[in-house]
Amino acid sequence: MTNTKIVYGLYGDDDDLLKAVKSIRKQGITIDEVYTPFPVHGLDKALGLKKTRISDIAFFYGLFGTTLASTMTWFIMNHDWAQDIGGKPSFSWGQNMPAFVPIMFELTVFCAAHFMSWTYLFRNKLYPGAAPQNPDPRTTDDKFMIEIHTTDVEKIKNVFVETGAEEVTLKGDYIQPNVNNLVQEEA
Amino acid sequence: MSHYESQVREPLIKGHKTYHDISNDIARPIESKSGKLWWTAFGIAFVAFLVGVGCIAYTVGTGIGVWGLNRTINWAWDITNFVWWVGIGHAGTLISAVLLLFRQKWRMSVNRSAEAMTIFAVVQAALFPVIHMGRPWLMYWVFPIPNQFGSLWPNFNSPLLWDVFAISTYFSVSVVFWYIGLIPDFALIRDRATKPFAKKVYGILSFGWGGKAKHWQRFEEISLVLAGLCTPLVFSVHTIVSFDFATSVIKGWHSTVYPPYFVAGAIFSGFAMVQTLLGVLRKVFHYEAYITRKHIEYMNIVIVVTGGMVAVAYLTELWIAWYSGSRYEDFTYFSPGAATGPYWWAFWALIICNVLIPGLLWFRPIRRNFFWTFIISIVVNVGMWFERFDIIVINLSRDYLPSSWTMFMPTFVDVGIFVGTNGFFFVLYLLYARTFPVLPQAELKTILKSSGESYKKHHTEDEHHEH
Repeated sequence: MTNTKIVYGLYGDDDDLLKAVKSIRKQGITIDEVYTPFPVHGLDKALGLKKTRISDIAFFYGLFGTTLASTMTWFIMNHDWAQDIGGKPSFSWGQNMPAFVPIMFELTVFCAAHFMSWTYLFRNKLYPGAAPQNPDPRTTDDKFMIEIHTTDVEKIKNVFVETGAEEVTLKGDYIQPNVNNLVQEEA
Repeated sequence: MSHYESQVREPLIKGHKTYHDISNDIARPIESKSGKLWWTAFGIAFVAFLVGVGCIAYTVGTGIGVWGLNRTINWAWDITNFVWWVGIGHAGTLISAVLLLFRQKWRMSVNRSAEAMTIFAVVQAALFPVIHMGRPWLMYWVFPIPNQFGSLWPNFNSPLLWDVFAISTYFSVSVVFWYIGLIPDFALIRDRATKPFAKKVYGILSFGWGGKAKHWQRFEEISLVLAGLCTPLVFSVHTIVSFDFATSVIKGWHSTVYPPYFVAGAIFSGFAMVQTLLGVLRKVFHYEAYITRKHIEYMNIVIVVTGGMVAVAYLTELWIAWYSGSRYEDFTYFSPGAATGPYWWAFWALIICNVLIPGLLWFRPIRRNFFWTFIISIVVNVGMWFERFDIIVINLSRDYLPSSWTMFMPTFVDVGIFVGTNGFFFVLYLLYARTFPVLPQAELKTILKSSGESYKKHHTEDEHHEH
């Protein structure tokens, strides 16, 4: 077994968190995860996260919807049963295309929105009944947590304390997480 | 300093709230027991709902003939109520999607409830296309499903089929948009829950959300893209609803102004419904700090703007009816044939409720007044019901052939179903208010430091120190 440990630093304010993230990354330490109760503006930049491609794929989902609707209306209205319904020209798809625009539009939006949402849930590993992904319940309320995987626990602990962490904990080592807390007075 | 915002803007979160206070305020109605007021309201709504269920069962069991429809006026309360409910639903998407695109931060304390209203209103609306069918059990024939009739398909030329696609897309996309926004808030409730049952339920609902940095990044992206998709969707849905009339050959219906005019009317009545609901919600849940006078004023401004568009559309209809030179257009609902005809009272109810009374919102003291806002919001919804009734019934009652002219009188079944949908709506809304986080915590927390009252004061003090 490797002796890699997981250290958590808990912060009480989003501005402190941002400063801490920037300072930790400047010291060349890799941040493995950050848990926040709300989207902190600029955090993804500070962490150096790549831009998400979820909107790019949504475009192709939308194109799929348009194609589906065009093919379906052509097949049903012009190919399978090319009937005269109220004098609408059914000789070719193009002639009656205006009547298909609402369907094409709706299916485009439908496919783009739903498939993108499924992709989002899948990529984030979110599904009904999944175990909570945050190690500390306070991070959905008003606390902000940085997670670092390290072999040098003492160094990381000090880094957290220096950047203003309210609480520093080591994963799995304590029965009560509060026993070894290093509580930092307000700087 | 990074949170600086102009002092001209009124704070959107009042009082000295912290992040934790926001969590507490949002969780309070969920974690506490329902009071007498809630049970009374729920009881009344549930009885109304049962009345509706009974009337629907009677209609389906006996036949559409139990309604007041006749061979000339073959659409009346059913489609009036359908369009009315769809219209009410539109404000929710408008608040969550369009205002998001325009970066309107005031939408944040309003959007969750508005989206819930959308979903529950669309549920009511979706009842009508089914129950107004003569043979509702064959409803699935509207879907293009391969079948044993040599594969017999629906006709894609019909706006009623477009409606099926529009309403089902609108409903399902709204639900997904709403739900994705709810996941982080359910996680908050889950992480606070002390009772095992509540923890289990909110654990399932929150999908294991943990607020990871990458997840938030994707969350913001998907919210923006969904808003971008919902905005044309909301416009298209009511446009397609308006096509039910606009693509016909009925005088008064075959008008090209219908798509934008219906959408404006939908926003108008939808915002009025949001005002009605929030006017009560902010008092009962003590959310005065989040739904402030400024929020009410902003929404009233939207109402007065869209109300103005609707009024312009009425005038356009009148002008075109005269300008067309078509003698039949004289019976368009805003023309002399209607204003002085047998449905004059429905016509004037529309003008009074939609143009004259909401015009009071031009006055600042009135649009910043909670009581008058509440009253006007109800008046607007009455007026918008009459608008749809007038469009549908007045135009049908006097058509091209005088020998077909007739009047419409609703039966108790028509009325009962309408009452029932109101009951059903409030049943859903009341259950929602007790079990769902009605304010989006994650969004409100992002504006606390820029638009919170105490933070804004703090900045001014800072500046004084520096000088």
